[in-house]
Formats: sequence, C-alpha cells, structure tokens
Amino acid sequence: MSVRHALLALLSEGPKYGLQLRHEFEERTGDVWPLNVGQVYTTLQRLERDGLVESDDTEEAGPQKGFRITAPGEWELDQWLRTPPDLSSPPRDELVIKVLVALRLPGLDVREVIQVHRRYVVEVMQQWTRMKEDEAHFDLNFALVVDAELFRLDAVVRWLDTVEGRIKRASVEPLTSVPNGLPLPRRVGARR
Amino acid sequence: MSFLELRQVSKTYGTGANEVHALREVNLAVDAGALVAVMGPSGSGKSTLLTIAGSLEDPTDGQVHIGGIDLSGMSRDDKARLRRRSVGYVFQDFNLLPGLTAVENVSLPLELDGLAARKAKAAGLAALEELGLADRADHYPDQLSGGERQRVAIARAVVGDRRLLMADEPSGALDSENGEAVMRLVLAACRRGVAAVVVTHDAQLASWADRVVFIRDGRIVDQTTAAVGPDALLARSPNQ
Repeated sequence: MSVRHALLALLSEGPKYGLQLRHEFEERTGDVWPLNVGQVYTTLQRLERDGLVESDDTEEAGPQKGFRITAPGEWELDQWLRTPPDLSSPPRDELVIKVLVALRLPGLDVREVIQVHRRYVVEVMQQWTRMKEDEAHFDLNFALVVDAELFRLDAVVRWLDTVEGRIKRASVEPLTSVPNGLPLPRRVGARR
Repeated sequence: MSFLELRQVSKTYGTGANEVHALREVNLAVDAGALVAVMGPSGSGKSTLLTIAGSLEDPTDGQVHIGGIDLSGMSRDDKARLRRRSVGYVFQDFNLLPGLTAVENVSLPLELDGLAARKAKAAGLAALEELGLADRADHYPDQLSGGERQRVAIARAVVGDRRLLMADEPSGALDSENGEAVMRLVLAACRRGVAAVVVTHDAQLASWADRVVFIRDGRIVDQTTAAVGPDALLARSPNQ
C-alpha cells in the first residue's frame, strides 16, 4: 500500500501537521493499517525532496511542522489514482503452492489438506464479520476495508471449493486424471 | 442446553443399486440463541439435513430432538403443530403465497394454529415493523423487491413464539448487500433467543454464524472452533 500517496491525498484537503496525518491515515483506513510516526516523517521528507509537498520554515521535523501539497504533488496524486495496480501476473500465493504440492504427494488426502485451509479462512472471515455486527461503530471507511477483506477471503474459499470439485471429477474420469499429470506452472509469482 | 439436537441421524433414499446415502450418522447440537451455518457443495446433504432437523422429513436412522422432545415418538399431527408453533422456515425462493399480502403471508401460520385473525394480523404487523417493512404490509409479493420479499419471509419465519429458524440458502439470488441484510435479521432473531440453522455454500453468509459446520458426502467432516475476538486481526499489523 502506498503511504506516500495516502499522505498526498490527506494533504490535498489542506495543510496538516505530521501527527495529524498519522492520526487521519489510521482513521481513514479503519485502524486496519497502523502507521508508526517515523514512517510518516520519513515519507514526508521524501515527498518534500521530490517537490510534491512543502513544509513550514521550521528546521526540525516535529509535531509542530506543517505540510502542504504542491501542484506537482496534486498531479502525482491524480495520476496514481487513475493507474490500475498491476494485477496482470499471479502473486506467489503460498496457499496455491501448497495445494499444488499436495496434489503431487502420493498417499496424501488432499481433500483433508484443503479442508484445513478452508476452515481457517472461514474462521478469519467470522472474525471480520463480527466487526460488521456492531453497526454503530462501523463507519464507511472501515466498512469498505472489511468488505474488501471478506471478498478476498471469499474468493479463496471458492477457489478451494473448485479445486475439490476438480479433484473429485478427475478421480471419476481417470483419462483426464489431474494429480500426477499436472504440470507445475513454469512461472508462478512474477511479482510480490 | 441445546434447543435442536440431531443424534446419529442417517437418511437413505432408494434401495439396492439405487440406494443413496444422503446423510450418514450426523450429530449436531444448536443452543438457543446460537446461529449455526452448514456449508457444503451441491449434493453434500446439507438441504436434507435442514429438512430433517426442521421435521419436514423423517430420518432413516437416529433421532431429532427439538426443545428436548424426541420427534420419533410424535404423531404426524403433533409434529405439524410443533412446526407451526416453534419452527420457522426461510427458503431461497421465498415461498410467499402470491395471492396474499405481506402481512397476510406473515400472519398465516398463526391463523392456521388457531389464533384469531385480528390478533394474528397484529402479530404479523409487529413482525414486519421490526424488519422495517411496516409500509409494505398491504403489498402483494409481486409488488415487492427481492430483498423485501425475503424480509417478509423472515418475518413469517420468526412471527409469534418461534424458537427455531431453518434457512436454506436464504440470500438466494439477492445481491451481497441484501444478502447481508438477511443475515443481520437472522442474527438479530438469534440474539433474541432463537436457535437458527442456515445452510449455504456461500462463505460470506456462513461467516455471520457463531459456528460453521462443514458437510461432505452426507457426513459432517469439520467445524470452526470458537474464534478469538476480532481485535486479534487489528493487533497483528507489523507497523504497530
């Protein structure tokens, strides 16, 4: 996640102090991604070096030093918002690799391995959903972060369901049997 | 104490070569006030489990206890009375009667159970009001949106003194926001003391449950354990 651009976004609302930026960043992300104050000031220094923000004349970085966005900073923010993140190559997903490895091991009950992961993912989803239960403390930013996490985890469960279905069909149709004939992808995880 | 309990329940359809084991020695206990989700793929037996747990169908073997009563010793009439009074059902396609208004649909089970029409209607209106549908009480099902129809179905399932709610893919074809609204209503009923079983293949719906039970080929193969609190998710971020 780009702390750099998140800080630019907060400064696009008007000048702010470093500590204020940290507080607002955490608030806007529903306290899901805590930020240490050193990271805030390091990022602000880099933004200032690159001409994307300006600071007060105060020499030392500290709680009383104010920052504001510059015109190049606003342009940078606009470009970042419109640039899709790179989703073109699959991440090196540990779960995918584990299932692929499990398929190749003789004598291993792959369905049992899949169920271990499915149960864990559903348990994590239960925890996220508990947070939605109390609507009084559920603001929009937090709701969006929790929804994103639930949809991501839901996709994992669906993938596990699909894997299990494919294995079951493959065991009924031996001519297209997957386990021992499955080639490992040549290129898994070009990024991360 | 468990309000619903299945003990070694099996269900077999057909005989000989056509024999199908839909459920095999299933044990399941649901406390009053608890929401249990049953997750499994198509054909895993989850809908059969629901119909047997809700006394719509008899098991081939094993026992079902509702409110501490063993259903195997009950007559058909007694079971029908138990269903009308204590068990509410929600189905994927809502199953509302098209010729009745929302409030008539909701109050019907009470009237069938012998409650005077005026009292049944008052209870039906109260149930609709609780689900934010008071202004839709006189609308017919085809005048309601999918989400509203499912809320009417839930009102019908919890009206009166129902203690057990059985839901089969209750969010059906609803979008995710309406699906969430449905689960909030089911959970609210549980928080009032209703025991609920929701069968679904949808992990997002299941994650509203206190406990998720996984069913495969007619057997319960696994279940979630008591999860640590949600704070654990927020406490493990690296930058804290």
